[in-house]
Amino acid sequence: MHNENVALTVNGRRHALDLDPRVTLLDALRENLGMTGTKKGCDQGQCGACTVIVNGQRINSCLTLAVMHAGDEITTIEGLEEDGNLHPMQAAFVRHDGLQCGYCTPGQICSAVALLAEHKAGWPSYATADVATAPVLTDGEIAERMSGNVCRCSAYSNIVSAIRDVAEGGRI
Amino acid sequence: MAEGKLADPIGLPLDRVDGQLKVTGRATYAFEYATQGGAAYGVIVPSAIAKGRVVAVDVQEAQHAPGVLLVLTKDNAPPQTPWGPVDLPDRFARAEPALDSDEVRYFGFPVAFVVAETFEEANAAAALVSVRCDSLPGQYDLHSAGPTAEDPGHISDGAPANSSVGDFEAAFATAPVKIEALYTTPYQNQAPMEPHATMAVWEGQMLTVHTSAQLTTSPQEGLARTFNIPKENVRVVTRYIGGGFGSKLPFYVDATLAAIGARIVGRPVKLAMTRPQLFHMTTHRTASEQRLRLGADRDGRLTAYGQDALVQCARFDNYTEPVCGAARMLYAAPNRLTRHRLAKLDLPRSDSMRAPGDAIGLLALECAMDELADALGFDPVDLRLRNDTEIDPERDRPFASRHLAEALRLGAARFGWDKRIAKPASVRDGRWLIGLGVASAVRADVLRSATARARLERDGRLTVELAMTDIGTGTYTILTQVAAEAMELPVDRVTVRLGDTRFPPTAGSGGSFGAATSSSAVLAACRKLNAGLALGLTEAEGSVTPADLDDTYAHAGFGAHFAEAAVHRDTGEVRVRRMLGVFAAGRILNAKTARSQMIGGMTWGIGSALIEENHVDPRYGSFVNQDLASYHVAVNADVGSLDVMFLDEADPHGSPLGSKGIGELGICGAGAAVINAIHNATGARIRDMPATPDKLLATLETLDA
Ligand code: FES
Ligand code: FES
Repeated sequence: MHNENVALTVNGRRHALDLDPRVTLLDALRENLGMTGTKKGCDQGQCGACTVIVNGQRINSCLTLAVMHAGDEITTIEGLEEDGNLHPMQAAFVRHDGLQCGYCTPGQICSAVALLAEHKAGWPSYATADVATAPVLTDGEIAERMSGNVCRCSAYSNIVSAIRDVAEGGRI
Repeated sequence: MAEGKLADPIGLPLDRVDGQLKVTGRATYAFEYATQGGAAYGVIVPSAIAKGRVVAVDVQEAQHAPGVLLVLTKDNAPPQTPWGPVDLPDRFARAEPALDSDEVRYFGFPVAFVVAETFEEANAAAALVSVRCDSLPGQYDLHSAGPTAEDPGHISDGAPANSSVGDFEAAFATAPVKIEALYTTPYQNQAPMEPHATMAVWEGQMLTVHTSAQLTTSPQEGLARTFNIPKENVRVVTRYIGGGFGSKLPFYVDATLAAIGARIVGRPVKLAMTRPQLFHMTTHRTASEQRLRLGADRDGRLTAYGQDALVQCARFDNYTEPVCGAARMLYAAPNRLTRHRLAKLDLPRSDSMRAPGDAIGLLALECAMDELADALGFDPVDLRLRNDTEIDPERDRPFASRHLAEALRLGAARFGWDKRIAKPASVRDGRWLIGLGVASAVRADVLRSATARARLERDGRLTVELAMTDIGTGTYTILTQVAAEAMELPVDRVTVRLGDTRFPPTAGSGGSFGAATSSSAVLAACRKLNAGLALGLTEAEGSVTPADLDDTYAHAGFGAHFAEAAVHRDTGEVRVRRMLGVFAAGRILNAKTARSQMIGGMTWGIGSALIEENHVDPRYGSFVNQDLASYHVAVNADVGSLDVMFLDEADPHGSPLGSKGIGELGICGAGAAVINAIHNATGARIRDMPATPDKLLATLETLDA
């Protein structure tokens, strides 16, 4: 297997890498760049622990190869803090205890940040009664939109509270 | 030291102290101690048969694949201690060898191990290993093994397998009102989000394993036993654990193989089981068949109370799920009979999963109580109140504290139980049928041994160290609170360090003993330090042992679950709209993290009632559901609104801090409340868990459109 040169832009920083083309984006982050905040729960697109934000949209980083992401803007959990302060979503997860073991947490938080953007852009979900109107972010909407992120500790109701808090402009 | 002192931090709903690390991705889990270049990568090759022998392993191609450093099989694995011994008092300290023989003991059994420079290379080479096996016929079906199942003598918590009070058979035969029902619960998997993983490093004769484990001292001993080396030469580090739920009580071949691999290739080796491998290579919760026989007089007092349980363990193991443990403590009845029978099958190992025994024992018992209430024409809350007891009904000791009745009464008021219509299928909301259900919760409390060290640093900060773990339960946080209160320091001046066998030994996290045990040790250490400060003492150790729990009393946490279920009239889909859990669990050490434990347990209750099940393929002896797409755990959209209430319970006869275990109480009875709500909604009695829509359709068809 011949390596490929690829430049990944992660949290605003460009990294030139010489990569085995079989390396997933998840493993490139964790094993090649040492950014282990993004977690591997299943490596097969079924748990959401590996969720990162690519060009503004959340994806499962275990389901995509790193070499496909040259030029993309990749945001991981390590990139959410600003000036050493927690992102409001990170702070809300702590405040509402939206985590226990913490293993699903980076994925949940990246997912939640992207969810608010999706909602703002007017995207409907399965839980949206009328897809022609701008959906209201009910608890049911949040729960539906977060159901790709499994939390076996089952912090779900606290996760919903945390997201609601941020969506409503909660304190930091 | 009073300046800046937080008023009695124990109990406050403080944010968890490791929260910042976890929300920023900076908490380090086992696989994350070295990245590419710093460690080589291991991949396990599993067997594709359940029982038999490995005849030959062809490693030629794999060995010459790019980046490969080692291909290990039965032909070149180093000598190790055989698995076991099976009767070791601490079963989590057994030897866990890998590739030490040609025997295949269950489907997915490790038969080869590849180490390579990168994960991709190890994976690719693993696919090139060709394994030839001779398959033997195996026994995989629990039900058909029932008639030949053995009396195991003891169940896993050490209690006798059988218990009997009075004359059950005679009382049951003559009871004016009775029910007899067979309940079945399926195989379940703990499915922690972090797969079992280890990174092993040798420095001379010293082995360090960074592993994902609930225990520290036991795997240290077990690895030493496996490799026949002194325990002092093994260090286990497990600072952050991505969930365990019982599955990380034993250690597994990931630790063994990482250690062997690291020794041979002369550098750190790390490996994580793949998600599908978890389903066979680690433990699961046994399926069960439970015969419930309840007899009562016309006043609703139980006269005969019987539970027979059939459970599975691996052919070579002896684990017996303590299914009837809850029944032995929950209700008064003069004539009682509980029995466990154990079927040894050629399946992977069964062992603990959140609230072993009680989670599934109560799923059956508390549904059977609902059936009895029906047969009597009694309100289910009332029936439970009538059978409450202040005395442990089988061991004739008073409960140190027991507030089941208060939990039921307060819960009923808060939940709006009085609005429940007893006649099933009476309430509709459009196409949805609405029902309410209740169930009691009980979970026994034990104290184990632990030692903690407390040290006052020169800058006035306190460091607390013990080989305890925080599996997400909030241990770092509650121990910080306990130490801060004992030393009268602000919590931000206390640092708790866990998860390292270099610290004083503890029993670790499991069986709901973790918080009471470790916090009692921390309290003892801090008290000693505090008392010695004037004499110049700066460091002290304190311990707790099982004897610190007064055994003239019975110890358990209690509670009551209430659930509202909506069942779709046409599809049989069940939605849990809301649940309330009221718990009497002694002194609560942190109101926020304790609530999180409860909502976690209640959510597991929803999962066990509605979706969680694994199936055995009877042809191959494998579990059919080998990933998270086919083994369903509850996700966010499965959970309605959850309400948790703790009773203010002082337990003067309990653990030194008066706390009780809370990690498991939340699941105990939770699923039964949901199943009972489904009955109230539809009239369907589900006795075969989980209550998937197909099991409801027949009843739904009998209802008016
Ligand atoms: S690790 Fe990517 S979805 Fe599970
Ligand atoms: S916090 Fe443990 S899996 Fe979500």
